[in-house]
Amino acid sequence: MTAGTRPPRPAARRPRALRRFGRNRLSLLGAGLVALVLALALFGPLLAPYPAHVAGGIDTAARFQPPSAAHPFGTNELGQDVLSLTLAGARASVLAGFSVVLIGGTTGILIGGIAGFLGGWIDEILMRLTDLMLIVPNLILAMTVAAVLGPGFQNMVLALALGWWPGYARLLRGEVLAARERPHVTAARAMGASQARVLVRHILPDCVSPVIVKMSLDMGFAILMVAGLGFIGIGVRPPVPEWGTMLATARAYMPDMWWVAMAPGLAIFVAVFGFNLLGDGLRDSLDPRGGR
Amino acid sequence: MLRFLFRRLLMLGPVLVGLTAIMFVIARLLPGDPVGLAAGPNATLAERAALAQEFGLDRPVWDQYLSYVAGLARGDLGRSLMTRRPVAEDIAIYLPATLELVLAAMALAIALGLPLGLLTALWQNRWPDRLGQVLAIGAISMPRFFLGLLLQLVFAIWLMWLPLGGQLPVVTLPPPRVTGLVTLDAALAGDWATLGAACRHLALPALALSLSPLAAILRMMRASAIEVMAQDYVTAARALGLPRRKILIKTIGRNAVSATLTVIGLYFGWLLGGTVLVETVFDWPGLGLYATRAILSQDMMPVIGVALVTGLIFVAVNLAVDLAYGLIDPRVRYE
Repeated sequence: MTAGTRPPRPAARRPRALRRFGRNRLSLLGAGLVALVLALALFGPLLAPYPAHVAGGIDTAARFQPPSAAHPFGTNELGQDVLSLTLAGARASVLAGFSVVLIGGTTGILIGGIAGFLGGWIDEILMRLTDLMLIVPNLILAMTVAAVLGPGFQNMVLALALGWWPGYARLLRGEVLAARERPHVTAARAMGASQARVLVRHILPDCVSPVIVKMSLDMGFAILMVAGLGFIGIGVRPPVPEWGTMLATARAYMPDMWWVAMAPGLAIFVAVFGFNLLGDGLRDSLDPRGGR
Repeated sequence: MLRFLFRRLLMLGPVLVGLTAIMFVIARLLPGDPVGLAAGPNATLAERAALAQEFGLDRPVWDQYLSYVAGLARGDLGRSLMTRRPVAEDIAIYLPATLELVLAAMALAIALGLPLGLLTALWQNRWPDRLGQVLAIGAISMPRFFLGLLLQLVFAIWLMWLPLGGQLPVVTLPPPRVTGLVTLDAALAGDWATLGAACRHLALPALALSLSPLAAILRMMRASAIEVMAQDYVTAARALGLPRRKILIKTIGRNAVSATLTVIGLYFGWLLGGTVLVETVFDWPGLGLYATRAILSQDMMPVIGVALVTGLIFVAVNLAVDLAYGLIDPRVRYE
């Protein structure tokens, strides 16, 4: 910025937002849970009490042992320690959820940003496509694509991301339309800034807060969807521990060996709960007006 | 209002065509071998070719698409490779079970969510409200299939209060089919024993499905009630000395509900396409199970059909929500 007339915009609001965030104990709990889940995603396999089981080792002598001091969540049908698998499973879930939100979010931001910025018939076409994609049931779309492409991490991420962008496109288009009319954007235009510079330097920074909030709330939802695909049997390939797949296997032995299902189910819940609390807190502190 | 309705109904045509186009692109352009899966591993090349020809899979994709859209105008959704039956007939069999499940779940979510939302708004920032907020976020975070497993474990296996899954006991004959909704059909036939059994089977899956819409409705209702409570007309009603109950229900509740309607409409549509997991857990013979089976055998006609039907119901419900605004809030004008 050469003119130095930048009005107080979200950038200047952020320290206050941080203080507001810090005052809310629930948001802090959410941030703590998210930090825990991220740490597990990074170091989970190292923390597992039975690393051999994570690597695929089995212990048929110790099948279906109920919870005990040695195995707090029991052992599964292969005699593997359920806690170890669950700790290691954080990696697949978090990585998949993160990739889905990142790919879907970026695509949506591009589409919505272009539609809102250019307007006219491009806007019309892109937004009609967005409306249509919003109607297609997400889970069925993802299941279809994942089933046809075959199981595997990348295919699953691709399948979910395909239905993930429309929400971001709508959000970004609205934000861009609102930002376009603000005085600092008009001023930049009047000073002869190029289209691209106006978009990247002046409009998009105004749209950052709502996108961060949505991404944080979406992380929880994405982890749920990843686990759901795993539960149906179209997810990560079996040797890699994944929470949804673990639950699907556990269901087969459900009434009697109920403990096999507890750790992965609780793990999904805790991870999603953390991201939702965090996203909620971020929304309240970054955008006090916007309620759901 | 009639013009509004007419224009919205006119838009259904393009939406349907667009939806089929998207689903066709995804279903047909991705690699996959539906014919091979349907014909079985021992089929000869000639048998496979015959099967492909019978189902029109040997023709170019655009040709298949055009004849599909032409069939759509007659209500023909194509034929399933897996069941070898018309998709429209299959959907007619499976849709009512899913509708019954979604309707029960939404009824539960609305009946509990609206009053709880209003109450927590009254207690804003006191401990019942805080607790309600945490519980609501927890409910949204709970994976439906894990919740379903837990409910089965507690209520069906340990307490033995409710059945484990299915729509009716194996020994019970389903009531004569009128609407396809088992509970409603049983009530129409005056068969109270069957109605009771059907309700008992419906309880757990409906509960598992209702938790996240319940939380969403509660939160939305709370937010809009808090907004409404700050309005001048609420102060005016208080100043006039109207009874508190009346203010709460008539003035605040009624005005806050209209914003919540949108969430209700959206969730209804999402649930229709999202029953898959709950249906899997409870062996509920609905669209989700049908779609899952079709997807796993790469049988695309049923998948396209299910996506179309749920998409159509989604649009219809949201249209109904738009119309309901006018009933609740007389200030709404349709243009």
